[in-house]
Amino acid sequence: MLGLLFLAVHLLLAALSPLVVPYDPVAFAGGAAFAPPSAAHLFGTDNLGRDVFTRTLLGGRVALLITLAGIGLAVAWGGLLGMVLGLVGGWLDEALMRLVDAMLAIPETIFLLLIAGIVGTDHVVLILALGFLYGVGVIRIARTATLTLVAQDFVLAARARGEHQHTIVLRELLPNVLDMLLVEGALRWSWMLLAFSALSFLGFGVAPPTPDWGVMIAQNRSTFGIAPWATLFPSAAIGSLIIGINLFVGVLAKAIGLDRVDGITV
Amino acid sequence: MVELMLTLVLQRLLWSLLVFALVAVVIFVLLELLPGDAATAYLGRTATPARTAQLRERLGLDRPAVVRFAAWTSGVLRGDFGTSLARRAPVATFLWVRLRNSLLLGLLATLISVPLALLLGVLAGLTRDRWPDLLLSLLALFSISLPEFVIGTLLIFSFSLHFTLLPAVTLVDAAAPLAELLPYTVLPTATLTLMLSGYLLSLMRTSIIDALRSEHVQMARLKGLPPLRVLLWHALPGALAPVVTASAMIIAWIIGNLVVVEAVFNYPGIGTLALNAIQDRDLPMVQAIVLVLAGCHLLINLLADLLTLALNPQLRTLRMR
Repeated sequence: MLGLLFLAVHLLLAALSPLVVPYDPVAFAGGAAFAPPSAAHLFGTDNLGRDVFTRTLLGGRVALLITLAGIGLAVAWGGLLGMVLGLVGGWLDEALMRLVDAMLAIPETIFLLLIAGIVGTDHVVLILALGFLYGVGVIRIARTATLTLVAQDFVLAARARGEHQHTIVLRELLPNVLDMLLVEGALRWSWMLLAFSALSFLGFGVAPPTPDWGVMIAQNRSTFGIAPWATLFPSAAIGSLIIGINLFVGVLAKAIGLDRVDGITV
Repeated sequence: MVELMLTLVLQRLLWSLLVFALVAVVIFVLLELLPGDAATAYLGRTATPARTAQLRERLGLDRPAVVRFAAWTSGVLRGDFGTSLARRAPVATFLWVRLRNSLLLGLLATLISVPLALLLGVLAGLTRDRWPDLLLSLLALFSISLPEFVIGTLLIFSFSLHFTLLPAVTLVDAAAPLAELLPYTVLPTATLTLMLSGYLLSLMRTSIIDALRSEHVQMARLKGLPPLRVLLWHALPGALAPVVTASAMIIAWIIGNLVVVEAVFNYPGIGTLALNAIQDRDLPMVQAIVLVLAGCHLLINLLADLLTLALNPQLRTLRMR
């Protein structure tokens, strides 16, 4: 349950950090640039003399907000469409699944960069782009899980009772794929966080001067030799968050018997 | 039997081609859906009605979408990917050499990480929950959890700033001969190898543990066969098949998403080409890159499917979907 602890601490900090940070994240903290960690600046200062501790504490907020909304959206639309396709089958299923194959072949980072570069890095745009993109992968998972269910008695019985398709999806299928969807969603959330931080790193995610781990690493890595702390602390922050999610996913997957290699889908 | 194999291979090939054709449509539609078009995107804030109209005419954007799609695809089929707006030269002059450089990275990382990670994965699986496994699993956890730009930055600091052994960023031209490019591939390849190995190791570990639990392996054990023979003859073949498929997916994903690693090392691959094209809002270039990378993705997965077929005859019919 180490993973859950990491995750809880991160979420708590993201929620409460604005109340506890010692400095203004975007203003000079009164000290010199590249000051090493000290009592006044626990994590030192960065290239502009800003407090790295403050910026690290705040640096996950936008990423967490956007990716949590994004993954919720992805699991919702991908999960629903996948269940429907698995249930109805036929040519619609066949055609859309080929489309899913085609979408999955498109390089994810370039897709996201393209949307962010042309449409903009508005939070809503990023959430919709991430939610759409990651939902495509969820379709396949939800469909595969549904296919194993549709031949089972309780679905056949519901069909024989003459239940509507949407009733079968929501009452019969959803409860049975929900835990799997949650695990897959959590796993994909970690990928989404990595992708989003890469966007920020490349200058297409969170706009400076808003504190963000990806942006902080991008801005400070060229002076790693002088002030490693300005790169290392945000790196440790994002690393520990993703490690937390991965550990948590491992525990969840084991709990519902998904920790087999055939269950792994990319 | 050979006939059946041939049919399956052919079928798989046709499916991939169909999906590839769909990819072309999807990319085209996606770019159509974006606000504005190639002309307004490229001109950005410098756009005036006159300049936009001029560029539109030059690009043929005044034609209906269907006609443009037909023109683009027939160009692609002849090897003509259009003209780069920012570089004012045919896209193809940059595309292939950059793809070559990126595939070099991908190939090197694959050649190193696949044998290494599979071997270590088997070791981890065999020593399950004891210290070699715990150590390897911990390393794998770090490798899949750290962003590639963090791994890359740490490697640059260690090997090029601290020990000054290796160049941090690429200093030769994109079209340089491979031999000249090779020193600059070391650190990006190392980053990719670390990323890949974590996933592959975990996959192999899970798969071998599954295989060792399976009935036919238990049976082989009960028959009193030597442990090494059980591992190599009975457990490993079955354990490899799912790993091949999943590994290919991960490798294909990595090839498509080299942007970040290449940007960290300023490596002249197709990823940095894409990044620059997006920064320049050079849509014809982006369109071509996405198509080519999607093609690589499908090709890698196709190869893995064929390899799986060859590895395990039982899967020939099962893995049709």
